[in-house]
Amino acid sequence: MLRTSFYQFHVDHGAKFVDFNGWEMPILYRSIHEEHHQVRNVGGLFDVSHMGRFKITGRHARRFIERVVTRRISDMKELSCRYALVCNEQGGTLDDIIVYRFADHWLLVVNAGNRLKLLEHFQKAKGDLVVTIDDQTTSTAMVALQGPKVMEHIGRFSKEVPTLKRYTFCIKNVLILKMVISRTGYTGEDGVEVILPAAMASMAIKLLIKEKSDDPAGAVLRPAGLGARDTLRTEAGMPLYGHELDETIDPISAGLSWAVSLDKDQDENGEKFIGQEALKKIAAEGPKVKLIGLKLDGKRTARPGMPVLIGDRTVGKVTSGCLSPTLGYPIAMAYVEASAAGDTTIDLGGQRAAAQVVPLPFYKRAK
Amino acid sequence: MPASPADRRYLETHEWHKPEAGLVAIGISRFAVDELTDITFLDVKKKSGAIKAGESFGEIESVKATSELYCGIDGTIEAVNQAALDNPAIINEDPYEKGWLIKIKPTNPAQVEKLLTADAYGK
Repeated sequence: MLRTSFYQFHVDHGAKFVDFNGWEMPILYRSIHEEHHQVRNVGGLFDVSHMGRFKITGRHARRFIERVVTRRISDMKELSCRYALVCNEQGGTLDDIIVYRFADHWLLVVNAGNRLKLLEHFQKAKGDLVVTIDDQTTSTAMVALQGPKVMEHIGRFSKEVPTLKRYTFCIKNVLILKMVISRTGYTGEDGVEVILPAAMASMAIKLLIKEKSDDPAGAVLRPAGLGARDTLRTEAGMPLYGHELDETIDPISAGLSWAVSLDKDQDENGEKFIGQEALKKIAAEGPKVKLIGLKLDGKRTARPGMPVLIGDRTVGKVTSGCLSPTLGYPIAMAYVEASAAGDTTIDLGGQRAAAQVVPLPFYKRAK
Repeated sequence: MPASPADRRYLETHEWHKPEAGLVAIGISRFAVDELTDITFLDVKKKSGAIKAGESFGEIESVKATSELYCGIDGTIEAVNQAALDNPAIINEDPYEKGWLIKIKPTNPAQVEKLLTADAYGK
C-alpha cells in the first residue's frame, strides 16, 4: 500500500488507518465526531497527499485542458483555481477535479482513485497537441487546513494568505520551502490547501501546526481523518466521486451545470470538450434524475444504495448519508427520478424512515 | 487487538458476557467499538422476555456501518441500558462498564462458561 510523506506524523498522533484507493490513510485519530466538531468550531489538518497532482506544460497546455474538462478555463486569471469535471464521450463523469493556473503552467488536482484512469485518458485525449503531463503525486505532498480559526492562525506567518479570495492561491517561500497555498477545501469551512515538496513535508507540518501554547487539546489545528472529512463534505452537500459521481452519472444530472460550459467551442481559440455533444443533448432534453438532499426522521443512518420511495414506489437510491454531527439529525443525498416531488421514505433494510426533501447544502458556514 | 478483560466471556461476533449478581450483562468489545468508529445509534428490538443463544436482540450503527447484536446464552431479558439508548457515544467511551447493552437472567448460568475466554477471543 502507498503511504504519504505524513505517515509517521499520523502514527505519532495515534491514527487508525484504512486502505483508501490503495493508500494507507488515517480514518480517525481520536473520534470522527470530535474531529468533525474541531473542524467546524476551530480548525483541522487533513493529509490529502493521496489526491493526484498533474503538472501540465507545453505549447498546447491550455487547449489540452479545455479539451478534457467541462468548464471554460481559458479565462482563468493567473494564481486562480477552478472546479471542473472530466467526462467521457457519453457525458459520464470520469472525475471531478480542481484546475490551478500558474504563470507558465497548469496543475490538475484529481481524486486518488481516478489518478491512473485519468493519466490513461489524458494520454489518449492529447492526440497531436504538444503537452507534457507530469504526475507529481508522489514527489509532492498536500494538506488541507480547514476551520473558522485557520486564517487567523496562518496570518501569524503570512500576511498574504488571509487576503486570498476563495479559489485563488499564492506561492509562498519559507526559507527553502516552496508552498502553493490556495483558499479552497472540501469541508464547507473557510481554510486553505497547501501543496509542497514531499521531501519537506515533515518540516512543513511542524511549521503549520505550531501553536502559541503547548496544550494539544487547545490547539487551533488538530489532525482530522477521512471519517470526519466525509461527514463534513456530506453536510456541505459536496459530491464524492464513487457516490454522487461516477461514469454512469453526468454532471447535469448531478446538479453541476454551473461547472459545464456547453458553449466554450464558440470562443475565439475555443476548444470542444470531450462529452460536450452528449451533455448538450442531456441539457436540452432535461436530465432523467436529480440529486436531492434528505432530512430523515429518527436517528438511523441511510447508507449508499438504500431505496428511496414515494408511497410504495421506488423512485431512487441513496448515495451518501450520515447522522449529521453539526445538525444532530440524519441527512442523506440521493438520486431520484427528475419528476419526483414531495417527501419520501427510505428503506433502511427492514425499517423505513420518513425523509423530508431539503435544499443542499445541509450546512452553510456563517460568513 | 487491544487486551480484553478476563472477567467475562466473548462471542466471535464481539459481544462480551459478564456474570454479575445472578444476571449476565452483555456489551460489545473495545476491538468491535474501535472497528465500528463513532457509534451513532443503538436499537434494542427485544427489551424483555425470553431470548435464545444465537438470537439477535438489536442493531448498532456507527459512522461506518450497521451491525446486528447477538446474545450468546438462553435466558430472559431483565434490563436494557437506557443511558446507552439515549446517548450511544458512551459505548465508545466505556464499552466494558457504562456502555453495557442488556442484562439477562440466564436459564443455565454455566452456559456462559462455554463462550470464548478473553484469550481465545483475542486470537
